[in-house]
Amino acid sequence: MVDIMRIYVCVKHVPDTAATITLLDPTHIDENITFIINPYDENAIEAAANVKRSCGEAEIIAVTLGKEAAENTLRSALAMGADRGIRVVTDEIPDSIGTARALHAAISKDGRPDLIFAGKEAIDSEGMQTMYRLAVAFGMPVVSNAVELTLKPDGVRVACEMEAGRRDIFEMPLPCVVGTGKALNRPQYPTLPAIMQARKKTIKRCTLQDLELPPADASMELLKLKPAVEARQGRKLTGQPSEIAARLLEILRNEAKVIEGGQDSHG
Amino acid sequence: MDRIGVVIETDRGELKKTNFGVITAARRSGAELYALLPDEFAASYQPLLEKYGIGKIIPIVSESGAVIFNPASRAKAVIQALYRFDIRTLFGLASPRGKDLLPRVAAELEAPLAMDCTAVAPEESTVVKSHYSGKVIAKFRLSGNYRIYGLRPNAVEAVAAPAAAEILPFQARTEPEALQFVESTERTDTGAELSEADVIISGGRGMAGPENFALLFECAGLMRGAVGASRAAVDAGWIPYAHQVGQTGQTVSPKVYIACGISGSVQHFAGMKTAGMVIAINIDPEAPIMQRCDYFAVDDLFDVVPALIENLKRLIGDR
Repeated sequence: MVDIMRIYVCVKHVPDTAATITLLDPTHIDENITFIINPYDENAIEAAANVKRSCGEAEIIAVTLGKEAAENTLRSALAMGADRGIRVVTDEIPDSIGTARALHAAISKDGRPDLIFAGKEAIDSEGMQTMYRLAVAFGMPVVSNAVELTLKPDGVRVACEMEAGRRDIFEMPLPCVVGTGKALNRPQYPTLPAIMQARKKTIKRCTLQDLELPPADASMELLKLKPAVEARQGRKLTGQPSEIAARLLEILRNEAKVIEGGQDSHG
Repeated sequence: MDRIGVVIETDRGELKKTNFGVITAARRSGAELYALLPDEFAASYQPLLEKYGIGKIIPIVSESGAVIFNPASRAKAVIQALYRFDIRTLFGLASPRGKDLLPRVAAELEAPLAMDCTAVAPEESTVVKSHYSGKVIAKFRLSGNYRIYGLRPNAVEAVAAPAAAEILPFQARTEPEALQFVESTERTDTGAELSEADVIISGGRGMAGPENFALLFECAGLMRGAVGASRAAVDAGWIPYAHQVGQTGQTVSPKVYIACGISGSVQHFAGMKTAGMVIAINIDPEAPIMQRCDYFAVDDLFDVVPALIENLKRLIGDR
């Protein structure tokens, strides 16, 4: 029997981009708000679905860490093309080091990955590093912020956006890890039948304890959250467009000091 | 706290200005500062690095003396330099390049990495960074043998503190990598890097079409700034995604952010709320951005921006 390609996609359950965040205590937010699948992880699922379409046969497994509510995000991933899900059961999401260790252990326990996708960052913690840690744990090559991906006979060719307007092209053999950017694809939103079907797909659960992770000797510990305060007082610029423009120039030069030309010009 | 390594980035043969804020942030702990240069090195960099307090300059090259382009090899070369000079704390920019290099280094060392910090206190290993798209400010403590900090460009203002620097070239051992670097495409964009620009002029739905972005590019060029865009403008296909500022685009922290025809959604603010100054030009006095900026003009951007361009041209002609 030939093994079919196994694609793991790491997804995260995050507060909706429009949600108002309030604090319950100095290190926890009120989670009684709308949560969504991390937007960049939608690109990761879509990328996996595209690979599956181009190679004919593959299994896509969505993996997450979190409470029971995180299964809603797994269901979204299942509706968007994943075949089954894994949830590492935990009340607290560990730091990137702990998350990568847990994902590595959960994936290793489940099967041998040929390809691992993850969104290039999570919009809640904005850590931008888990896929690199996961790659090192597996001993696989990795790139992130992928904006183009082609499957080759023995690997992938990936374009990554490294500066505005410049792309770096890489090739990696399988198995490998790819962090997906927004420009990679346009995720297809699930149809109603796909959503219905997703309810029947399996979700496997294991606890952090089950994974028997050795303690890490490095960490990033959250000390305190506080709401960001905004203290801008908008001042109105009035007059004709030419007067507004002249005032803007003065602000840019003398107040913000972002334009050179100094006081020596004859204005 | 004895030594801090600062990864220095260059662009087209020049030191990026955003490095100096990172050096300033690292210097506050009183540590000896090592500038690590995995990009090219030029003698002209020395006086500028000295001006901000660098004590040791470490150009990093391969065994054959070449610049290391492969990102996996480059990260390992930086790690070898950390070992060689006994550096346990590393600073860098959360720029597009830093967002690749720093996590590679952190992953190899299994070291904590605080990405996109807006403030750092390396002597107590704490950072402040945005969470939930800037709606919350989070304070973290890093522990481990190595600690890595990626600073948001322009988040810390550069302050000079002259020192004398010594140049200690470092040759790294490179090994074949599974990751193959094939090529870089030419930069199609001659403007400043969006995430690192001092001034950004951004367009939204009010730009009304792709052709009008030329106006913003002209204005940005005169200000030596960059052009941004709202998601609405990107989704409409008026400008490439690389220009998108916001929750699912770039996070920027310029000295000045000029929003033209942008209403200012929560998601857009997530990408630019740490700007030093926000200026809004919008025909709609009810647009949310008008309440959340430093200056606003209720006027047609197609009248104001051309007038600003004329003013800028006159100024440049004068100097």
